[in-house]
Amino acid sequence: MNPTASDTNEHHTSPGWDYSPAPERTPVELDESYGLFIDGAFRAPKSRKRFDSINPATEQTLASVAEGGAKDVDDAVQAAKAAQGPWARLKPSERAKYLYRIARRIQERARELAVLESMDGGKPIKESRDVDLPLAAQHFFYHAGWADKLAYAFPGRTPRPLGVCGQIIPWNFPLLMAAWKLAPALACGNTCVLKPAETTSLTALKLAEILREIDLPPGVVNIVTGAGETGAALAGHPDVKKIAFTGSTEVGKVLARSAAGTGKRLTLELGGKSPNIIFADAAIDQAVEGIVSSIWFNQGHVCCAGSRLFVEESIVDEVVDKLRHRMQSLRVGDPLDKNTDVGAINSAEQLRTIERYVDAGEHEGAIMHEVSADPLPTKGFWHRPCFFTGVQPSHLIAREEIFGPVLSVMTFRTPEEALTRANNTPYGLAAGIWTNTGAKIFEIARKLDAGVVWCNTYNKFDAASPFGGFKESGFGREGGRHGLKSYVKF
Amino acid sequence: MQPSRNHPVDSVMVRQRAASFTSRSIKTEAKLAGIRLAISMLDLTTLEGKDSPEKVRALCRKAVRPYEGPIDHPVPPVAAVCVYPSHVRTAAKMLTGTGVHVASVATGFPSGQYPLEVRLRDVTAAVESGADEIDMVINRGAFLSGRHGEVAEEIRQVWQACDGAHLKIILETGELETYDNVRRASDLAIEAVDSAGVLQDGDVFIKTSTGKISPAATMPVTLVMLEAIRDHFLSTGVRIGMKPAGGIRTAKSALHYLVMVKETLGDEWLTPDLFRFGASSLTNDLLRQLLKGLTGRYMAMHDFSEA
Repeated sequence: MNPTASDTNEHHTSPGWDYSPAPERTPVELDESYGLFIDGAFRAPKSRKRFDSINPATEQTLASVAEGGAKDVDDAVQAAKAAQGPWARLKPSERAKYLYRIARRIQERARELAVLESMDGGKPIKESRDVDLPLAAQHFFYHAGWADKLAYAFPGRTPRPLGVCGQIIPWNFPLLMAAWKLAPALACGNTCVLKPAETTSLTALKLAEILREIDLPPGVVNIVTGAGETGAALAGHPDVKKIAFTGSTEVGKVLARSAAGTGKRLTLELGGKSPNIIFADAAIDQAVEGIVSSIWFNQGHVCCAGSRLFVEESIVDEVVDKLRHRMQSLRVGDPLDKNTDVGAINSAEQLRTIERYVDAGEHEGAIMHEVSADPLPTKGFWHRPCFFTGVQPSHLIAREEIFGPVLSVMTFRTPEEALTRANNTPYGLAAGIWTNTGAKIFEIARKLDAGVVWCNTYNKFDAASPFGGFKESGFGREGGRHGLKSYVKF
Repeated sequence: MQPSRNHPVDSVMVRQRAASFTSRSIKTEAKLAGIRLAISMLDLTTLEGKDSPEKVRALCRKAVRPYEGPIDHPVPPVAAVCVYPSHVRTAAKMLTGTGVHVASVATGFPSGQYPLEVRLRDVTAAVESGADEIDMVINRGAFLSGRHGEVAEEIRQVWQACDGAHLKIILETGELETYDNVRRASDLAIEAVDSAGVLQDGDVFIKTSTGKISPAATMPVTLVMLEAIRDHFLSTGVRIGMKPAGGIRTAKSALHYLVMVKETLGDEWLTPDLFRFGASSLTNDLLRQLLKGLTGRYMAMHDFSEA
């Protein structure tokens, strides 16, 4: 493993130096089984159904989780409804105090929560520690600040809460998405029923513990775990006044249909096939870093992943060479190792989806590039980071969201062509532009159909910055004043 | 020679990337192996007006045997001793047969503000006195005024004057200020020597600083230079060496640099033939951390010899 350690008497040691395993050892206490968090307490599901949450890196069961049925959802909604009036009438600065307490408690328990997030979801501890947890805390801090200043967010208008919000979140950033949903809703005086994703319920249940620790009034936040049917029951409940959903476009469309004509408010943050455009005058090495973080961050399980890369033709060889070179230094493996860059795929099902797309890419004639370095673990769900060249815009891998570490590289010759190709998608969530020319940034950015356009950077998030899409990527914004607006009526 | 493409550098992203190397977790065996590796890459340096033969001799002894105390596994010698030309003979005499290289700064170090013939004579004198490595400074005045051809031509002449000695080209990045300049100067220096004849791996290094200007070596600046080296390797297959100098004082910081080299250029560069640290106070911190790793206890600084 380590030639330099054994022959140090030699003046010229043979090259090579590898990192020792660096496992994150912060302990996480898990119960064997969890109930539903309704009206301030954990209770057994009336559905009597349960399912196991597993660690996708080891396939070991972490805990048994309740599958909420229609009756359970109704209990949760009733609890939220009963709590809503008093919560909304609470002095706004008191509501802010609760949010501050949640934020601080998340910070205090950050390492434990990060470890659990990596165990349950497969993401590298480096990311859950440095991205998910700090941002989750920030969302509560940020919205705590708004709670008693809503009049300033909407000058001249009187914002009022909507009532009970049904919030359905995905498995790619479990705790962070819970924070994105809960914090603005609570700040505006709403109460919530949150439905975490089936494969990643555990950090939401830990959040329930935190809500109890800080004495949040019962019923203000209820957490009902389960799968698609649980979510459907929540979205279809007549007392739910607002549905906030982050997930697939397919489910988003179903929700939109079910909400139509009911008077329910709806915000959808759905899929994407976001373009990253690199011009020949860009800082190439930094652009390559941007590509790495836009497609291989969180195994590519990112709705705004820059999964279509458009490179100006004159530099495509250089970019491809550098990308391949850079891909070699990515460390794939144990999510709990502090040096891991790419962790486990979230579920067996998602792995099959990714593999299906990769097969389709090769079948349609695109060329796959991956680095076959160390062997992957035998247990668990894994996919090496990879990219395709020779991709045509009509290829499946260039059109559909893969939600995995798979990039499609295409070329363009003129800015106009780059724009046309970038916008040629049913989605419109995010986009990236890489150029050293300021004027080009402004010109291209305003013509891109995307909710977020990053310039010479990618995947930067902040609670103050609105996030959301156009076209089939959904509607409504989360974060900033725009995000607050989705949780009030005037 | 085909003029190279302009390689702009985005300062925000390059700093972000450089910072990412510092979050690698280097523990236990990797830490000890990394520290030993870093010791073997040291250019132990003294560059003061008050340098004496006695100080140079002490430095040479330290170079060959960095730690004199009892230790299970001997500490490797450092890569080179770096002195002013007037001390080269003293160093060469001490280091003959030890495998430790004799490096001399030359070309009117540190300013380089002398006529070219004086700078070239400086190089020749150092080589004749026994230096097998020359650390030159580029003409920053010419570079900053845009006379790039002049800078390249001077580098070529210095390289020829080296007459077989290895060359380290100091860009003095603290005076170049911008990452764009650092990248341009790196490309220019590499292409200048490359155009003068066939290069072998490790014949030529690019080096950040003299140590006389602040800021000296920083991680983002070194990263930009490593990227120039990588690009040259990808297009020619020749491995240029890298030497950050000045400002690296702790073992922890040295390990961060090794991580950056490993992940930017690959393991092939993790050898004293291709990577050096220019430092004086770094040595004892490396030794201190190594012994802490071996014994579990920190030793006092006075347990390590000064030079």
